[in-house]
Amino acid sequence: MIYLELFFSFFQIGLFSIGGGYAAIPLIQHQVVDTHNWLTMTEFADIMTIAEMTPGPIAINSATFVGIQVAGLPGAIVSTIGCVFPSCVIVLTLAYIYYKFKELNMVKGVIAGLHPAVVAMIASAGISLIIMSLYGQRTIPEDLTQINFISLVIFGGTLAFLRKYKVNPIYAILGSGLAGIALYSVF
Amino acid sequence: MLEKNENKYLKLFFSTFKLSACTFGGGYVIVPLMKKKFVEELEWIEEEEMLDLIAIAQSSPGAIAVNASIIIGYHFAGVLGALITVLGTVLPPLIIISVISLFYQAFRANLFVNMAMTGMMAGVAAVICDVVISMVKNIVKRKNILSTVTLVGAFIAVYFFKVNIIIIIFVCALIGAVNIYLNEKARKERGF
Repeated sequence: MIYLELFFSFFQIGLFSIGGGYAAIPLIQHQVVDTHNWLTMTEFADIMTIAEMTPGPIAINSATFVGIQVAGLPGAIVSTIGCVFPSCVIVLTLAYIYYKFKELNMVKGVIAGLHPAVVAMIASAGISLIIMSLYGQRTIPEDLTQINFISLVIFGGTLAFLRKYKVNPIYAILGSGLAGIALYSVF
Repeated sequence: MLEKNENKYLKLFFSTFKLSACTFGGGYVIVPLMKKKFVEELEWIEEEEMLDLIAIAQSSPGAIAVNASIIIGYHFAGVLGALITVLGTVLPPLIIISVISLFYQAFRANLFVNMAMTGMMAGVAAVICDVVISMVKNIVKRKNILSTVTLVGAFIAVYFFKVNIIIIIFVCALIGAVNIYLNEKARKERGF
């Protein structure tokens, strides 16, 4: 039963990818390329590129893509459900506990302890993203002058707009896309 | 009343649908988007509670955007609300990837798509940078040395030493628990 196989593969991916996004990539590769041969390594690299270029979580994007390749639209839907199912159960349980006990000091303490961790993780992901955007790679290159000036201008401009005018981030992202088309077309 | 409820479900669905359709560049972009929508525009949740929700979403398995939307849906409309927000979050990538998978070679090779995507990546970096500045300011403003030290320590551990996120979550939760325990104990010893 191909649908069951898809469901359980993405169920495992959804269950074991803590920390989101990039933590899921090796799990997806293991299930989709190594275990089931649903995609070749090249197709897998392609879907990772597309997943980064399009909105939505990487795990959901690859679930849809793999599902469609293997078993059409029903396959995509089954894979996606498998992928979010563990989240639904676990997060609903945690949300229930949180709203029931959030006045308890111990719960408050644990959550307060997590706040700095959350900010640290977002900061870390943000810095990687800035480097990726300015240099086209994940780590800081030795030659810092190889910077993408158009990206630098868009980054700086968008940040200034966000800080100063508190524009809606959605418009900021769409605007930077338009700026990309305009600037790359001219230069 | 019923009408009001339907309205709430619709609002939850369309809010999460719209947010999800714009989360380019990985899960964390959902944080500033949700903050804008649910804290500043709709005023459904407090800023502090938003950070709690993200902490729970981050500590659970699965995509952060999906997890955060589950908590928001559950908070405002119970389990049905959670299912609706999950649907709203999952549908945009499902639709977009389904369409793209039909002609993905052409999509990848398209010059204008690439230009827009490169620009958007810089924009997403700016959006995340903006939210990090606000969040760091918020934590430092509390003048709580423990929070600030945990923040710096966790950042060094994640960014420079690539420590597994599960370990960091566990250690930070433990620090929070011990801290609250010691505070309570100290308060009791003060004769109350």
